[in-house]
Amino acid sequence: MPVIEVTHLKKRYGDLVAVDDVSLTVEAGEIFGVLGPNGAGKTTTVECVAGLRVPDGGGVSVLGLDPRRDATQLRQRVGVQLQESQLPDRLRVAEALELYASFYRNPADPAALIDKLGLGEKRNTAYKKLSGGQKQRLSIALALVGNPEIAILDELTTGLDPQARRDTWGLIEQVRDSGVTIVLVTHFMEEAERLCDRVAVIDRGRVVALDTPTGLVSSVAPEQRIRFRPSVPVDDRLLTDLPEVSAVQRTGSQVVVTGTGDLLHAVTSVLARHQIIAADLRLEQSTLDDAFVELTGHRPVD
Amino acid sequence: MHAFRQILRIEARLYLRDLPTLLTIVGLPTMILVVLGLIPSLREPDPNFDGQNFVNYFAPSLLVVTLAMVGVNTMPMALATYRERGVLRRLATTPAHPGALLAAQLVVALAAILASALLLIVVGRLAFGVPLPEHPLGFVLAFVLGTAALLALGLLVAAVARTTKAAQALAVPLFLLTMFFGGVYLPRFLLPDAVARIGDYTPPGVQALLDAWTGPSPQPLHLAIMAVIAVAAGAGAAKLFRWE
Repeated sequence: MPVIEVTHLKKRYGDLVAVDDVSLTVEAGEIFGVLGPNGAGKTTTVECVAGLRVPDGGGVSVLGLDPRRDATQLRQRVGVQLQESQLPDRLRVAEALELYASFYRNPADPAALIDKLGLGEKRNTAYKKLSGGQKQRLSIALALVGNPEIAILDELTTGLDPQARRDTWGLIEQVRDSGVTIVLVTHFMEEAERLCDRVAVIDRGRVVALDTPTGLVSSVAPEQRIRFRPSVPVDDRLLTDLPEVSAVQRTGSQVVVTGTGDLLHAVTSVLARHQIIAADLRLEQSTLDDAFVELTGHRPVD
Repeated sequence: MHAFRQILRIEARLYLRDLPTLLTIVGLPTMILVVLGLIPSLREPDPNFDGQNFVNYFAPSLLVVTLAMVGVNTMPMALATYRERGVLRRLATTPAHPGALLAAQLVVALAAILASALLLIVVGRLAFGVPLPEHPLGFVLAFVLGTAALLALGLLVAAVARTTKAAQALAVPLFLLTMFFGGVYLPRFLLPDAVARIGDYTPPGVQALLDAWTGPSPQPLHLAIMAVIAVAAGAGAAKLFRWE
């Protein structure tokens, strides 16, 4: 059952077309990734979903409601974590959560949420004294304190160190497991690959692909590469005859086989039949990164 | 309403937590009054001030110090900071309206101004015999309208400035002008008459405060001008204010 439906969304700022034509649906209980280069229209799209901006065209429906007309209702049911939104310097962690909890009809217990997000020891610490990771966790906590059905998280881990980023990912998985649908805007492919059930790639205001991360990779950048060192010389034809193989190259004693589909199985079977042992065998598959470059012509910024 | 109360509670706490600013806003005018009041010659009646002493004559200008600091400095800067840091925007995604935060800011600003004025009047009265305002009603009216005019100008600054830097660039000159025309830098009897007359009409309207405090009742025109500024600047601010 879709909880968010966006159909032919359009939004411009003056002459600049931020969103040209975006359609997507988000299913209940999934982590849905919105990927794209900077300025592709990701943030504008989710801001329209969050009811912060009025679309110039197209439709947005969230939990069957209109984000503008039913804003009062939706603000109770949708938690939003915005890019670069901070809190007053002197506000303390517990105060922030208690304040935000007081806005909702059916809030989570702030104290429990603080512990769950690993901020227990920082309960009485002022916002300005928190580390980047702690600020980010507090920000996530504020998006969740209203017990939302949908959480929209924009650039969740930007500016975090690798450890803090991984911790945050673990947290998001926990949140999803508790039944919350999550919309995640990101430009980290690793993050999308690890967390998202499905991703939409947006480029120049349009959806250029929408699939699972693995589906996206295999349809857009299906090329795989196998490297190994054969125990005895191998005749190239043995490999090139396989339908999965597109090319065979040699670098020194190493053989590099390029191809698609179930390449690994095909190559290892044929080697086994000829009793050739493949030493130092490595399979290189495309990542979401490669698919992203293929789709947008941009290298994801990191 | 519930959200507003919670926000007000937190804003008040944050205000009290910033002790240096709080002490300056509430205590500085009274401190200056005490320093001046300790100089014996300034407590002598002087024909320059219609036979009053300097301390009495200068007290309304000390009120201007607080009004200027809060109205066109700390309050608009706080709002500009909240907007620049996305605090208002974040609030817009919750069931609470960012307007509640703006209202809470105004309430704490008013509370600080009131505390400062009361402290000044009480200390002036007890320590140096500065008479209580002769026209309590006129004084309250002049004070309320002057405060409203300055706060409205402050809101206008917060409304038109896109960043805290821009807010500062607008607030600082406005603050200096308010202080200057309010007779804080130079007592008004030292200012050329024309400049002093301009000061009668610039917020918060120091002449109306002086008139209500020590002399005849405030002139309706002075009060009316403050009301007009308050309404015009307030309406402009309401029209131009952006949450992000």
